[in-house]
Parts: sequence; C-alpha cells; structure tokens
Amino acid sequence: MDDHLNVVELKGISKQFPGVLANDQVDFSLRSGEIHALLGENGAGKSTLVNILTGLYRPDKGTIRVEGEYVDLRSPRDAINYGIGMVHQHFMLVPTQTVTENILLGLDEPRFNMNLSHYDQIISDLGEQYGLQVDPRARIWQLSVGEQQRVEILKMLYRGANVLIMDEPTAVLAPQEIQELFTTLRSMIAEGKSIIFISHKLDEVMAIADRITVLRKGKLSAEGLLTKEITKHDLAREMVGRDVLFRLNKVEQTPGDIVLAVEGLKALNNKGIQALRGLSLHVAAGEIVGLAGVAGNGQTELAEAITGLRPITEGKVVVHGQVLIEGNMSGQRRSRHVRQVIDAGVSHIPEDRTHVGTAPNLSITDNLIMKGYRQPPIAKGWSIDSLSANTQAETLREAYDIIVPTVETPARLLSGGNLQRLILAREISCEPKLMIAMQPTRGLDVGAIETVQRLLLQQRENGAAILLISEELEELISLSDRIYVIYEGEIMGEVMEADSETIGLMMTGTRQKDLVATRKVSR
Amino acid sequence: MRTILSLFAEYLGGTRFRLRMEPRMKQPGWLGLIVSLGAVTFALVLGGIVLMLVGGDPIRAYVFMAMAAFGNIGVFSDTLVKATPLILVSLAAVVAFRMRLWNIGAEGQFYLGAFGASLIVLTPILPPETSPWLMIPAMMVMGMLAGALWGFIPGYLKAKYNVNEIISTLMMNYIAVAWNNYFIFDVWSEGGFQMSRQFPKTAWLPRLTDYAAQVPMFRGLTIHLGFVIAMIAAGVVWWILYRSRWGYEIRLIGDNPRAARYAGINIVRNTILVMMLSGALAGLGGMLEISGVVHRLQGAISSGYGFTGIIIAWLAKLNPILVVPISILFGGLLLAGREIQPSGIPMLIQGIILVCLIGSDFLFRNRIRLVRVGQEA
Ligand SMILES: Nc1ncnc2c1ncn2[C@@H]1O[C@H](COP(=O)(O)OP(=O)(O)OP(=O)(O)O)[C@@H](O)[C@H]1O
Ligand SMILES: [Mg+2]
Repeated sequence: MDDHLNVVELKGISKQFPGVLANDQVDFSLRSGEIHALLGENGAGKSTLVNILTGLYRPDKGTIRVEGEYVDLRSPRDAINYGIGMVHQHFMLVPTQTVTENILLGLDEPRFNMNLSHYDQIISDLGEQYGLQVDPRARIWQLSVGEQQRVEILKMLYRGANVLIMDEPTAVLAPQEIQELFTTLRSMIAEGKSIIFISHKLDEVMAIADRITVLRKGKLSAEGLLTKEITKHDLAREMVGRDVLFRLNKVEQTPGDIVLAVEGLKALNNKGIQALRGLSLHVAAGEIVGLAGVAGNGQTELAEAITGLRPITEGKVVVHGQVLIEGNMSGQRRSRHVRQVIDAGVSHIPEDRTHVGTAPNLSITDNLIMKGYRQPPIAKGWSIDSLSANTQAETLREAYDIIVPTVETPARLLSGGNLQRLILAREISCEPKLMIAMQPTRGLDVGAIETVQRLLLQQRENGAAILLISEELEELISLSDRIYVIYEGEIMGEVMEADSETIGLMMTGTRQKDLVATRKVSR
Repeated sequence: MRTILSLFAEYLGGTRFRLRMEPRMKQPGWLGLIVSLGAVTFALVLGGIVLMLVGGDPIRAYVFMAMAAFGNIGVFSDTLVKATPLILVSLAAVVAFRMRLWNIGAEGQFYLGAFGASLIVLTPILPPETSPWLMIPAMMVMGMLAGALWGFIPGYLKAKYNVNEIISTLMMNYIAVAWNNYFIFDVWSEGGFQMSRQFPKTAWLPRLTDYAAQVPMFRGLTIHLGFVIAMIAAGVVWWILYRSRWGYEIRLIGDNPRAARYAGINIVRNTILVMMLSGALAGLGGMLEISGVVHRLQGAISSGYGFTGIIIAWLAKLNPILVVPISILFGGLLLAGREIQPSGIPMLIQGIILVCLIGSDFLFRNRIRLVRVGQEA
C-alpha cells in the first residue's frame, strides 16, 4: 500500500563472496525524503548492500525496485541514470585534476571543447545551493579530506542523483565538518532527495536518521526502526548481539622516562605552506598523550615528521635520547630515516589506511609483514621465510579478529573496519616502544572500538608511550593521561584534567596562558 | 528513457535471458591456461577460415606449420633456440613491470649485452685460446653488465630527475643499435662486411650437435646451453620476486609506492636496481644469442625480440615461470614464419593468435553469466 512512498526497495538480496555470505536475504527500503541509516559491525555487509544498489556488484538473488519499477543495475552509470548516486568509503577522485574536471570526468558533455570556466560557475552555484563550498579550480590533492568529500557529493548531485548513498561519510571528518555535512544533508532532504547513511557512530545516527536498519553478519537484524522510538544502547545490542559497555578500565600508573621528545619542529605541508611552527611536545613511557585539534591544523604533518615521512625544516625528534630526525637533513635519503624510526621501535597507524597503510593487491600476509620483513623470523638472510610469515599472519588474523577467508586474500577485498584491524594488528603486534596512533578507531564498529581502546590501554600498561591523535574529544579524554591541543601547527597548551570546555577554546586558537588570564580577570 | 527501459524490462520479465559480464572474484591459475589454450584454438579456427577463403587447405597448412615448429626433434630444437632470447627479454619486462617501471628498452639492452660480450672476444680482453670455462662466464658477466648499464641510465634519470622511462628507454634503443652499427661497420668490421669476424670456438656456447660424434642422435641439434641458462634465469627471477626481501620490496612499490615509503623502502635505489636487473636480463639474452647462435657480432641480431618480450610478459601475467612456455610457443611461431611460403600466412596466423590471446585476458578477468532479464535470478 505504501509502495509508492519507497524510492528504493530491495527484496531478498543475497551476495556470496568466496568464503563469505556478505548479504543473506536482506530487505531494505528507502522512503522518499527520509534519511535511512544502515548500521552493523565491521564486515556485516553494509558496503556490499549499497554497492549492489549502485550497480557495482550484482546480487546473486533478490530484486531491486526504483520508484516501484524493477530495475537491472549493471553499472554505476545505470544506477545514476535511475538517480542513485554514491559517495564511497574510499574516495575515487583523480588527485592531479581540478574539482571541475573530476566532476565532469566520464560524462558525455562537454565533448571536445571543454569550456571549463563555464562549468566552474555551474559547479560553484550548485555548491552554493547545498552549502558545499569548494573552489572548482582547486586541484584535488590540494584539498582537505572534508573538501574532497564535498567534491564527491557535488559529483553525484551534478549527475542528477535523487537518492544519495553515503558510506561512512563522517569517519573522515572533523566534528565541525560533520555539522556542516549534516546541514547539507538536511538541505538535500528539503529539496526532496532521499539519503542512505552508513555510520558506526551511534550518536550521529540518532541525530540525523529518520529510520535505522541494522545488519548482523549479512542478515537483517532490525529493519526500519524509528529513531524516535529507540535508544543508543538498544542499537548497540542490535548490532553486536550483546550489551556494549561504554566504559574503560584505566589503571593508575606513573609515567616512566621520556620516550619521545619533539623540539621546535617546523615543517611544510603539501602545498608548501608552513604547517608546523616550532612545535614541541613529549611523551613518556607508560602514558597515553592525546593530541586534540580540528583536522588540518598540522596533525598529519606532525605524525609524518615524527616517522620520517615528511622532511622537516627545523627542530628535532628524539626517541629514547637518540636524535632520529633533524632539521638540516636532506630529503634524498628519507627512506633511511623512516627505517631508523621503525627500527627504534616506533609504530605508526597512519591516517589514510588505503593509500598509505596497505597495498591493495598484495595478500593479507604481505600486508602484515610490511614492517617486520627485514628482521627474523620473517627475514632469513636475503630471503623471506614464507612459512613463518604465514604462521604469523594466521596468528594475527586470529588474535585481531580480521574477518577474511584466507590470509592469501588481497587486502582490497577487506571491509573498511577489517582493513583498520589489519593495520592495528601489524602496528601493535611488534610491541612498539612508541606508538603514533592517528584516528585508530576510525571506521570501527562499537564492539571493535572497545577492543582497540583496550589494546591501547594494555600497551600503556606494558610501558609503551602512545601519542594519540584524534578528533574525537570523548575518546581522547577517556584514554589520555594528558592532552595537548594543537592549533595552526602550534601547541596551545596542555591539560591534565580533561576539561572539554578548555580544550574546545584552545582548539579554536586561544593559548592556555591567555585562557588563565581571562579567567582570572573575569573572576 | 527511464520508463521505457523499465517497461521493456517488465515486458520481458522472466521470459528472456541475456548474457551478462561481471568481474571474477577468483582468478585460479589453471583457468588462465585453459583460457589461453582456448584462445589459441579459436585463433587457429579463425585463421583456417581465412586460409580457406584464399583457397588454401587450412588443415594442411596447420600441420605444416606445426611440423615446422614442433614436428620433430630437429625443428623443436630450433624452436627452443628461438625461445631462448625471448625468455630473457620477457623476464626483463616482467621484473620492471612488476614495479610499474615501463622499461621498453629490452631491445637496446639486448644489443648492448651482445656488444658487451663481444668486447671480451674482439678487443680482445681474453685471448682466443682461453678456456671456455673462463671465456663463457666472462662474456655472460660482461653482457649483463652492459645491459645493466643500459638500464641504469634511464633508471637513474627516472629516480633522480623523474624522467619518463618509457621515452628514455625507447630512445636508448636507437642509440644501442647505432652504437653496435658503428662497431660492426668500422671498428670490428671484417673485410668491409657489416659484421665482426667469427668468434673462436672457445667463445661458443656448447650445442648438442657439438657432441654428435659421441651421441649420433644429437646430429644437427642446434639447441645450446643458453636455453638451460634461460630456464635458470626464470627460476631465479621467480625466487627474487616471490621469496626474497628485495622482491617483496619490488612488489610493494609496484602495488602502492606510498605504502612502500611508509614501510621505509628506498624507492630511488630500487628504481635504479630494478632497471639494472631488467637490463642485465635482456643483456644476457643478447650475449646468449651471439655466443650460442650467430657466433659473431652483427646487425639485426634481434627481430624485435624486445617488443615481443613485452607481449609475452603480459600474456604470462607477469609470472616468470609462465614466461617459459609462452616464449616457446612464440619461438615456434617465429620459426614457422621463416619456414613457410608465402610467409604472409604464418604472420597472419601469428597476428590472429596474438589478438585472441589478448582478448582472452578479458575472459580471464571477467565472468559471463546467463541471467534472466528483469528478474535477478
Ligand atoms: N569483492 C569482494 N570479494 C570478496 N569478499 C568481499 C568483497 N567485498 C567484501 N567482501 C567481504 O564481504 C564481507 C562484507 O563486507 P562489507 O564491505 O560489505 O562490510 P561492511 O559492513 O561495509 O563493513 P565495514 O563497517 O568494516 O566497512 C566482508 O567479510 C568482506 O571481507
Ligand atoms: Mg564498509
């Protein structure tokens, strides 16, 4: 009866991958003008389901109806012809081309004579309309992740998407960008569009979605729950199949010797602009130090500078009293610095798991030995002991619960969360002395977040020094012993007793000493 | 448009079938072989039709061609001789392509390898009466060094100045040929002919026919030690790529250079080293060819081997072991092409086989399914 209300209706969708039944008889419907959230653990089959809806995968069974008509979606192009567009978990943009070029890429118009300035205008108007500001002439590599996402959304809107699918859009965004995204989503709803929204963050889902569908191990666990009638705890239970305790057990302990000392670090970002302006901080053994800040204030550059990936112009990085990186070192031999840093027992969970953290076509095993292949037992003289590499991979797969048919599977077939687990497994299992963890829980489901946070605390108990870089204040506060706040490449201050208000003020550029002064004055 | 499409789908709903193509999830190794064999068969049928159209007897022509390449031990030995340089230049392509270095200069590196080996004999660095036990290894080393040098130059330019290796290796092919020509036209020219004098026997790779006195069956068999060396090289390349730390680095850089950097791998050094290894393999090919077959330095020692090697590398899916059988097949085709008149026919068949093999790659990567229209069955 309410059939005509559904813009999209999936019935009995099943999809088998080698070794996994990713979708098992899933029903899903999207009403016109609603935001429908899709929830589920890592590997539950969310991305698979929406990939089927965008013609990227073919279902083994089941039917798809768009506005009541049975359709056969053979490619993303088919899907967009039916008005279905998707913003992927991993962006698909050409870094060296401009925003406009990326948006026009693959379209029939314009043909030969690309009157780009004309299209630049159209695109900036479209952006205006939905609150998606981005410079149409900028090249993709110059854009922040949040801006790249806007380009992806614009691309779909430009192609006439009526149904927009967003696969974990907020995983890569800063809190403020998330609010902007939500404003955009609401304005799209107001224009009569409908949205499928995938996220692991229950608070967000509660805030933005009208209805919620939960998948568990490929099967429907709950369909079309009304957000108004449900609580966060119910959702978590629906997802994981057990109660999730949003509580951590952090033991009191006094930090040991200083492991990492960063002194007066200066470095440029990709655009050649000063990203770190004489930054200093230190982390001691057995402590988790948080680095809070709005994305794009130098966090990425700091992590890269410490690990030797980014040349620095001034300052130094000292690990265990040994100067590993110095300002006057040339860029040519950078790989040696990276190796020295790795050999000094520093592990690094990079921000970008697909482009930096893993090699998509290599096997799970090959990806897991990325840091350890130079040392025994994996290395055996000049050769690699494939037997012990495989054994190690099997052990890690077991221990870190990486869901994958075999360790020979190429990494690109892993679900987003499982890829993150692979990186965590590699970076934690080497028992690092220092860990630079950037957004370690990004893209993980609530159950897995709990696991990772416990692993980090366990590392802390083992005496590792951990620099935790995150945009999630809540996570920083619950895990960290101290928190630095970074703003435009400088440390604004340091707090011991987590106080989100003070941190918030410093994140927007107020120095701690000024903060104290104004407080005193006001008292 | 949308409604018309869906009306069409409704109308046909459940009654008609349609072929549909989708990417394969798994690409098992045996499948590659079957698909390739299927492609060759298909190509032969197609070529047969063409032969019939021009009034030939396809069956007879094929039998003749097969006989010319694989018919008896004598011609099979010749096929293997042809396959030897192909294996090496293909291996050269495999290692470079694995790191996404588009070395298309195997041709030039092959010539330089021949030149390097000749240096030993013609300068002469070693006198003619030197024992082959020293002479041959010295020629191999020198051939590989010369090839490696020819790979080093574009590798260095790429690594340090980001000079596109496709262009530089292509250009260096011409230089290599001209360089060789200078030596055979002038420096080492024998009595004004465009070739050097013949190498002393000590610089010849042993052939089976050389032992005909002891084993009469070997009479006329030109296959030389080079084929064995080529097979060993294939094994070594396989070991490097899949079992060594260096090979791991090559594969990692090839798949994701940023991840390789993150793992502390030196991309600059590997770019140069891999280009050198690639050049050395092609250079070894050149050395084996002059020491095993022509026994002198001359022009036209390669009939575009370097480029055929690129095709073989792709058909072998960059797998060094698969390179061997595919090179033998191509060696056979080359041979049949020489033996049969008019030579246009085998060339035609070669072309068709090539197109079919390349086309079959698509079948290997994608799966064709029969589905019902309108109802995802
Ligand atoms: N192309 C593929 N080939 C083989 N297996 C696949 C493929 N794509 C996904 N899978 C597997 O199917 C399962 C479901 O994956 P999917 O990406 O849909 O999960 P997800 O719910 O999006 O998880 P996440 O929250 O971690 O992103 C996983 O076990 C994954 O490894
Ligand atoms: Mg996913």
